[in-house]
Amino acid sequence: MATLEIDRVKKSYGQMDVLKEVSISVGDGDFLVLLGPSGCGKSTLLNMIAGLEDITAGEIRIAGEVVNDLSPKDRDIAMVFQSYALYPTMTVRQNIEFGMKIRGVPAAERAKATQAAADMLQMGHLLDRRPSQLSGGQRQRVAMGRAVVREPKLFLFDEPLSNLDAKLRVDMRTEIKRLHQRLGTTIVYVTHDQIEAMTLATRIAVMKDGIVQHFGPPQEVYDRPANTYVARFVGSPAMNIIPATLHVGADGRAEAAVSLPSGEARIAGIALSAAALKGYHGQKVLLGIRPEHFSLTAGAGLAVQIDVVEPTGPDTLAVFTMGGTEVIARLEPFAAAAGDRLALAVKEDKVVIFDAATETRLD
Amino acid sequence: MATDRRSARRARLIGRAFIYGALIALAAFYLMPLWVMIVTSLKSLDEIYSGSFIGMPQAVTFEAWGKAWSTACIGTKCEGLQPYFVNSLMMVIPAVILSSGIGAINGYVLTKWRFRGSNIVFGMLLFGCFLPFQAVLLPMAQVLGRLGLAGSIPGLVLVHTVYGIAFTTLFFRNYFITIPDELTKAAQIDGAGFFRIFFSIMLPAALPIIVVSCIWQFTQIWNDFLFGVSFTAGESSPVTVALNNIVNVTMGRKQYNVDMASAMIAAIPTLVVYVVAGRYFVRGLTAGAVKG
Amino acid sequence: MRRPLTFKDRLAALLPKLVLSPSILAVSVGVYLFIVWTAAISFSSSKMMPRFDFVGLDQYVRLWSTPRWITAVENLFLFTALFLAVTIAIGLFMAILLDQKIRAEGVLRAIYLYPMALSFIVTGTAWKWIMNPTLGVQKVVNDLGWTSFTFDWITRPEVAIYCVVIAAVWQSTGFAMAIFLAGLRGIDNSIIKAAQIEGAGLTRIYLAIIVPMLRPAFLSVIVLLSYISIKSFDLVLALTNAGPGSATEMPSTFMFSATFLRNQMGVGAASAMMMLMTVAAIIVPYLYSELKEDRNGH
Repeated sequence: MATLEIDRVKKSYGQMDVLKEVSISVGDGDFLVLLGPSGCGKSTLLNMIAGLEDITAGEIRIAGEVVNDLSPKDRDIAMVFQSYALYPTMTVRQNIEFGMKIRGVPAAERAKATQAAADMLQMGHLLDRRPSQLSGGQRQRVAMGRAVVREPKLFLFDEPLSNLDAKLRVDMRTEIKRLHQRLGTTIVYVTHDQIEAMTLATRIAVMKDGIVQHFGPPQEVYDRPANTYVARFVGSPAMNIIPATLHVGADGRAEAAVSLPSGEARIAGIALSAAALKGYHGQKVLLGIRPEHFSLTAGAGLAVQIDVVEPTGPDTLAVFTMGGTEVIARLEPFAAAAGDRLALAVKEDKVVIFDAATETRLD
Repeated sequence: MATDRRSARRARLIGRAFIYGALIALAAFYLMPLWVMIVTSLKSLDEIYSGSFIGMPQAVTFEAWGKAWSTACIGTKCEGLQPYFVNSLMMVIPAVILSSGIGAINGYVLTKWRFRGSNIVFGMLLFGCFLPFQAVLLPMAQVLGRLGLAGSIPGLVLVHTVYGIAFTTLFFRNYFITIPDELTKAAQIDGAGFFRIFFSIMLPAALPIIVVSCIWQFTQIWNDFLFGVSFTAGESSPVTVALNNIVNVTMGRKQYNVDMASAMIAAIPTLVVYVVAGRYFVRGLTAGAVKG
Repeated sequence: MRRPLTFKDRLAALLPKLVLSPSILAVSVGVYLFIVWTAAISFSSSKMMPRFDFVGLDQYVRLWSTPRWITAVENLFLFTALFLAVTIAIGLFMAILLDQKIRAEGVLRAIYLYPMALSFIVTGTAWKWIMNPTLGVQKVVNDLGWTSFTFDWITRPEVAIYCVVIAAVWQSTGFAMAIFLAGLRGIDNSIIKAAQIEGAGLTRIYLAIIVPMLRPAFLSVIVLLSYISIKSFDLVLALTNAGPGSATEMPSTFMFSATFLRNQMGVGAASAMMMLMTVAAIIVPYLYSELKEDRNGH
């Protein structure tokens, strides 16, 4: 168990900067998810934490100790890979014991640790099989077992679920969460799947082009994304980003004017700091509204015309045009049909506002 | 409709008959020399001169085989192929082990421990696969002479190892590149070092390509003639050189049955390997053509 | 708080290069230095013993004014052209036939390919016997009743080279077949189905669609067979011993006899350099394109 500090870390290959001054620090027992599309540098960062790639500049500290020049085996970490990386010619038991054998752990202790891990992950019956005889989910368990027996300061997961089918992915996700709750070890987990990030993390770092776009607890990332990139990446369907004009409302709070096919409408009562309000009065901005923050209203609301509806079962996604772009609202089942003219209310306290040019969130 | 279907069926049958007919005729053509070699080696010389070429022997005799193995004359000595067969074995076994072993570790370095310039090293080695050996015969002869290895089996082992490395490295490199790098990363985190990863993880996983490499090298080295004839003379020659000697030097009536028995003796080791492990042989053959 | 690098760390970082270095050394010397050495000899006046003086292109001039060498070069072109054409034609034909869901495919493939496992010396010995004009195939056909049939090419200088072609084709077709078959197996079956649905006949499907898709296989076969033909030495020696006279002389046999039998080391080295340049002209672009593709593939 340990803290992890990533301090102004850079990575370049020749002229190419893959990571540009990344700083992240998490406490003991945190579950950090590095989230981003492929090529954003998240896997490179994980490999640098593991010691599998050199650090160009900056420092990585595990439990306060600088590990830049330590080899992987001396960093007291364990890693689970996307392809599981099970040694194909060894049985499950030999796979799990390989690391302990190298460290010179006595046979009796090895057997005990293996058994404990097998019990915890319910794979005792698999111990004498070879990786080729296992299903994807079983391989995943073995890879986790191999990591668990190390009792490391830090667990590293590199897209561990992306080779599994959808159903199994959900099961194994729960399994990983259970593992974290039971062991309490600090975890760094790389994924491109925002649902995995939301469900597992205590801290999320959303990355793009080698830069951390937003680092914070999942709910904060979801509710108040640092910029439109994060807003669009997290959540499904994504947050609606709608061009609007900002005004000071009668109540002294922000009020956004948006264009609708039926004319202009106003969303009042948006929370915004006085400074931002003053600076952006009368300016063009971008509104961020999550689909579930729209609702049907009997009173006066945004008058929209529904273009397409997509029922998902628990709710209906209604697509309409607002501010010149396509907007999605999450409504009750059967609340809307294509062609309907509806009045929609917005949870104004959930609306966030971004600068139209820089696309960063205003406080 | 019915006649249509029937005629389509007939056309199909004729097509199949043509395909099988052609395949069988070709098979006969490719088997013919082997057949001729075997039956000739089992005939008496009189029967051969009486004009029996392709037919079964009237009386099977192993006399020619006995002669070829132990009394046929090569140069001035009349001890048959036996000592040269042993020479070939003494040459081929260490050369196969050395070149395959070195190729394995080279392939491992070139895929899992890549460094700046490792691709250039690979390209450099690769050209060695296609080197016309005539371009190095002269200097090699000089160097072997200076090392005191001229005309000796250890000299041939050295030569075959040096020029075998290119192919074996290619085999192992193309195989190891299909093993995910994550495997070496996992082993590094487990604390395994360079050699540990090689011996505990890579080599056990490389069994098929080890077989391919050994078979390929065995066939190439056993069948070599150019190095054998250039760097050895007399008693230290490999079996291919001795065979050529038996066949091309004649005293008195040409003993075709002994020639054929000798050819069979020289061919049997590689043929046996081919029959037992043909699948791996083909893989080696196509590895030079189709990158892995 | 940083730990200094220990000697062990440094050694571990160097280990891969250290392990590779003996091979690099062996190949640098055995291939590249030796090539330079041979080149040096080819510019010297060496005869029986190597001498490191410089006589410019004398040996090359001498080489190209040697009738035997001219014969060898002409033979090489004739041989390569025929050998490639026939081997590719039969090999492709075999591969296409074998790709028709044939019973006993494995056995047939093994039969077509076994000559590749033989030494060229064995092949030469066998075919020399088969082509024997008094006791071989000619006699068999004569005995069958076709008494005017003659097959005595091996004794006739103007056609003896075709004997070498026949034996070489016999040995190498299986190889061409194996590569073409691998290429055919790599072609998506649905392409054939799509063409069938469009109403194309089997011959047309092969000529218009499949064979063009085998381009990479063709390239490999052509390059590798050319390489085999340039270095072919043992087969010629065992089958015809470069004769009758010098009728089947090839660059490889010329190089060998000049260097080791006729004490013309300089001319031998010059001929070796000519062979090397020919091979390099074919192989280097090929390897380059293969490696480039490889890199793009990953």
